[in-house]
Amino acid sequence: MTEPLLSARNLVKRYGRVTAMDHADFDLYPGEILAVIGDNGAGKSSLIKAISGAVKPDEGEIRLDGKPVSFASTLDARKMGIETVYQTLALSPALSISDNMFMGREIRKPGFLGTWLGMLDKTAMDDFARAKLTELGLMTIQNINQPVETLSGGQRQGVAVARAAAFGSRVIILDEPTAALGVKESRRVLDLIQDVRSRGIPIVLISHNMPHVFEVADRIHIHRLGKRLCVIDPKAHSMSDAVSYMTGAKVPEGLAA
Amino acid sequence: MSDTPDPVVERRAPEAVAQFDHRHRSTLDRVQHFLHQYPTMVPVIVLVLSLIAFGLISPNFFSAFNLSLVLQQVAVVGTLAAAQSLVILTAGIDLSVGAVMVLISVVMGQLAVNFGVPVPIAILAGLACGAATGALNGWLVTRLKLPPFITTLGTWNIFLALNYYLSGRETIRSQTLDTDAPLLKFFGTRFEVGGAVLTYGVILMVVVFAVLYYALYKTAWGRRVYAVGDDPESAALAGIQTKRVLMSVYVVAGVICGLAAWSSIGRVGSISPTSFFEANLESITAVVIGGISLFGGRGSILGPLIGALIVGVFNSGLRLAGVDVLWQLFATGWLIILAVAIDQWIRKVSS
Repeated sequence: MTEPLLSARNLVKRYGRVTAMDHADFDLYPGEILAVIGDNGAGKSSLIKAISGAVKPDEGEIRLDGKPVSFASTLDARKMGIETVYQTLALSPALSISDNMFMGREIRKPGFLGTWLGMLDKTAMDDFARAKLTELGLMTIQNINQPVETLSGGQRQGVAVARAAAFGSRVIILDEPTAALGVKESRRVLDLIQDVRSRGIPIVLISHNMPHVFEVADRIHIHRLGKRLCVIDPKAHSMSDAVSYMTGAKVPEGLAA
Repeated sequence: MSDTPDPVVERRAPEAVAQFDHRHRSTLDRVQHFLHQYPTMVPVIVLVLSLIAFGLISPNFFSAFNLSLVLQQVAVVGTLAAAQSLVILTAGIDLSVGAVMVLISVVMGQLAVNFGVPVPIAILAGLACGAATGALNGWLVTRLKLPPFITTLGTWNIFLALNYYLSGRETIRSQTLDTDAPLLKFFGTRFEVGGAVLTYGVILMVVVFAVLYYALYKTAWGRRVYAVGDDPESAALAGIQTKRVLMSVYVVAGVICGLAAWSSIGRVGSISPTSFFEANLESITAVVIGGISLFGGRGSILGPLIGALIVGVFNSGLRLAGVDVLWQLFATGWLIILAVAIDQWIRKVSS
């Protein structure tokens, strides 16, 4: 059995009297697409925020490659190769595709200009952005300097995924990537997810869309009442099973008390 | 639904290209898109049209001397507008810039004239004072999370009171400056270039804008300022330390106010605690007419320079045409409204 790449044990997060995470566990194995599903308020977002560095858990341990890690911010998680595509995409609409891809980790020119005057190496950044978009088959975006707000919803999602794929060397977390998209655009994003996985980078997919989850996921992590209820194999379970576990209408085998 | 996906690239190409087909657009749409891409074109067009109009009305208007006079007149407010632009780019507003400027000119003058501090040190102290006022504004906005409008409304009054306190409401006269601290009047020094009479204050304004242009477009800091102004939450999620960026913007704006203060001493000749009372609003006017969006993150830093020039050209042109001063205000008022209306219209492109 391979070791999990990213794992969490007994995560607890309380907000006043609300317990968002109640000893939650999490395991992500190399090269897989792990879907995380759960009812609204089940604590999925808190779990995801904890492993992406956006929230610091009150208790519990997160391990990357078997070594305990602690993230003070999303920047820490990013430095360790964990990239998140947020539901809101976290793109600046008025800035260009290239600016957005390098937001927070711009490339400076070598030598005096870059070191002392902080001059950006726009050519290098544009080339890199173009290369990454081409790699993911998104090069129908013709002008790397066009503002993100002039792109369609699917294209924006593509830029956000490309940004994560370009820098996320270990793990990519996608939060509801298809929620705001039409059928056709969702299709493309799902293709994109499989594309990224084929590069060997494991993906955590948070989604409410059962058909999408069952189509791409290798394993499905079901979250309920602040903790992991079970992990199921999408080939061995039906969508209605998953929904029943999620809502508590049915208890998975082996857990029945 | 789960038909086997064929190779991604080939399938995406033809459709997406069609989405970027710009051919089926009305002229108005094209104008809107053009302005969306080049927001500074609005003030440029207004400036060119007003130059032509006033040139036709009064023949004296187009003399090198008169045009250079316009530059001299806008130098102080233009420099202040550069500071204001930075804050407005972050979706804030700084009502205290004018008060900060006058306060710093008083600090520089008092130190140099009444406390016998060497003039260069008095000037450095003034610039440091600018950084401190900016840091106070920035601290209130980022740490106490107060809205910039209210924060700077408060600090405006505070700085004004400090200014009256430090100056004792006394003006430092021109002759005193000439004997004790001539360096304070440096930016008022005139020089002639082919009939045009410029001051070093004009050069300072242009240099401030040039440096800001470089900083905003060619450095990571500038891109982050735009990102924070555009959508602070997205910027934070993308890994930008938004508070640090905001803080730096207020501090830099404060230092630019300090430079404007130095420049204003040269322009006026004396240091009066009651001068430039309307500089706050005049700087906002220049920024808005210059096409920087009050909602943040949009517009070129060169816009406010042009905005300041437009106001200067209107004032000069209407005066030469013998029109009552009140119509200058009238015209400026409509320009502001027009500029904001155009900004709203341009922003609709994205939806």
